[in-house]
Amino acid sequence: MELFFTSLLNGVTYGLLLFMLSSGLTLIFSMMGVLNFAHASFYMLGAYFGYVISSYVGFYPALLLAPLAVGAIGALIERYGMRRAHASGHLAELLFTFGLAFLIEEVVHLVWGKSPVPYRVPPSLDGPLFTLFSATFPTYKAFMMAVSVGMLAALYALLTRTRVGLLVQAALSKPDMVEALGHNVPRLFMLVFGGGVGLAALAGVIGGNAFVTEPGMAAAVGSIVFVVVVVGGLGSITGAFVASLAIGILQTFAVAVDYKLPFFDRVTVSQTAPVLPYLIMVLMLIARPRGLMGTRET
Amino acid sequence: MATRKLLGAMLAAFALASPTLANAQVRIAYIDPLSGAMGATGEHGLRELEFAVEAINAKGGVLGQKLVVVPMDNKLSAQESLILLKSAIDQGIRYISQGNGSSVAGALIDAINKHNEREPAKSIVFLNYAAVDPDFTNDKCSFWHFRFDANTDMKMAALTDYLKGQKKVSKVYLLNQDYSHGHQVSKVAKAMLAEKRPDVKVVGDELHPLARVKDFAPYIAKVQASGADTVITGNWGTDLSLLVKAAKDANLKADFYTYYGGTVGVPPAMGDAGIDRVKVVSYWSANSANAAGQAVQDAYRKKYGADQDPYSQSIRISAEFLVRAMEKAKSTDPVAVAKAMEAMKIDGPFGEITMRAEDHQIIQPMFIATFVKGGGALKYSADGTNDYAFRADARVEAAAAARPTTCKMKRP
Repeated sequence: MELFFTSLLNGVTYGLLLFMLSSGLTLIFSMMGVLNFAHASFYMLGAYFGYVISSYVGFYPALLLAPLAVGAIGALIERYGMRRAHASGHLAELLFTFGLAFLIEEVVHLVWGKSPVPYRVPPSLDGPLFTLFSATFPTYKAFMMAVSVGMLAALYALLTRTRVGLLVQAALSKPDMVEALGHNVPRLFMLVFGGGVGLAALAGVIGGNAFVTEPGMAAAVGSIVFVVVVVGGLGSITGAFVASLAIGILQTFAVAVDYKLPFFDRVTVSQTAPVLPYLIMVLMLIARPRGLMGTRET
Repeated sequence: MATRKLLGAMLAAFALASPTLANAQVRIAYIDPLSGAMGATGEHGLRELEFAVEAINAKGGVLGQKLVVVPMDNKLSAQESLILLKSAIDQGIRYISQGNGSSVAGALIDAINKHNEREPAKSIVFLNYAAVDPDFTNDKCSFWHFRFDANTDMKMAALTDYLKGQKKVSKVYLLNQDYSHGHQVSKVAKAMLAEKRPDVKVVGDELHPLARVKDFAPYIAKVQASGADTVITGNWGTDLSLLVKAAKDANLKADFYTYYGGTVGVPPAMGDAGIDRVKVVSYWSANSANAAGQAVQDAYRKKYGADQDPYSQSIRISAEFLVRAMEKAKSTDPVAVAKAMEAMKIDGPFGEITMRAEDHQIIQPMFIATFVKGGGALKYSADGTNDYAFRADARVEAAAAARPTTCKMKRP
């Protein structure tokens, strides 16, 4: 029982973290149709920016400033790089973000070195929040969960309840019409890209000190965010949310199971936990290519 | 007559000098992760090797030649390492240093064996400073491989001997990385516990993917649910620092017996949570070093910061052995050097260190130490911290630390 509840809690925590990581990617993909391979790199950049800014002005201002700064970089990249690549089609765009990921990693190497930086959780959020059975639950994790849920609410409201959201949605399917109505569609896309990148950076500011801020952190999360987006349905924020929670809970529970796999003497279910998300993604692509809540085929 | 003698001497000098001129350096390729999740661990080893080499060069190098370290980033991949080995061979490098990951070391040993068989004139010698799979000095032993760290069996033997006296240990949880090293630790821990502490129950035997787990909370929840009072882990790098971090967050009340609790990133991650709770079994114990060992350590800490612990002494010792062997063989030829290195002894920071000829396993004293508040008699802090240190609780003499080997060494 104890293990069940702690695992459930850990699973939800992990799921919300996954959502935080992938919401920006979903936003960019659903609104612009761009699969941003450099997404995890912006997450990493967010962590490093968060580290530098918080060492000057403290963690809370950094929580705002770092995503703004990285988001601005993202917007500039869209304006002066991606837009040109876009003209040559989706493949060029994809390759552009792919190259960007390597570029960002090298820049991080050059500026901050290859070793982890001492980016720490602020004292006000350090320490246990409550005790569940014998285990304590860290305050910082609760904070991460709150930010993640907040992100979902804000995104949902922005896209469905505001004029900007309406325009963005319209621009996705009928860009010419929206343009004809006198709206600046390229600028809209630039804002969306900057926003998505900013969300990745926000996740970085929060995830960087919860785990380790080092140049390998982008590669570590790079693949899992795609799983979330594919399983959730390319382009669906709610889908990504549901998929994040499902994957988080499933993976955490798998770790807790010690049964041996049938026909494999050496392998327990818990050892397969890390591959489960990828298994789900493959199965999902076979059975339902548009994902849980996707609105269109890839 | 005199002129002829002079001419002869000059010719002889030329003949002797020319190979030295053509190849005036001894290069060591350092093949280890210098980026990625385990990059910090590899960088640390590189720094200690470079520090050792600088000291040797400052004293004039070896046989009039300078030592040069050529760093190569293998990203912790065996595949990548073999490509780097090939490129090192092509560059004429004859000495390889590696330590992180027995998976990598195993691949290198195989490749070097094959290469040396094909091209005996261009033989390669492998100085392994930290890959601890016991197979390398047992069934899979190779004349070209020398191990400067204690292997898993030796560490576990020392650890379980110590546990004989720790009566409060009753339920043990084994948590290890899912690759050769982690499997070995788990296997040998079970065997030795059954033999030395049959009353101890192993309540968990977990393997998790190497360098891929970001949040250890689910694993810690399992340890907690199992009621374990002790965790034994061979984890290293971020796999250990994140594990300890998660244990601290969940307030896990268990002692950790680790192989690598003193390595980069781990002591700062533990902080107060690790005090009296995290133990290390290692050949290195900063505060137990003799005068010579302290001098080396002082120089290192002076150069890189007082909180920097040169815990990868094995890599310095390997450079020391290399130089002594070259001096003894009066040659930098790998075959001659490898032969000279066998059974060689040097004075280490804690006493005599021997390279056992039978299996090329280093034999040296070992320590069980506990993470505590620093200061007082504990002059040297744990790596990356100023306020914490390791206190040696037990010392295992070299003879007691040695284990029998099944190696049948084939020599060229």
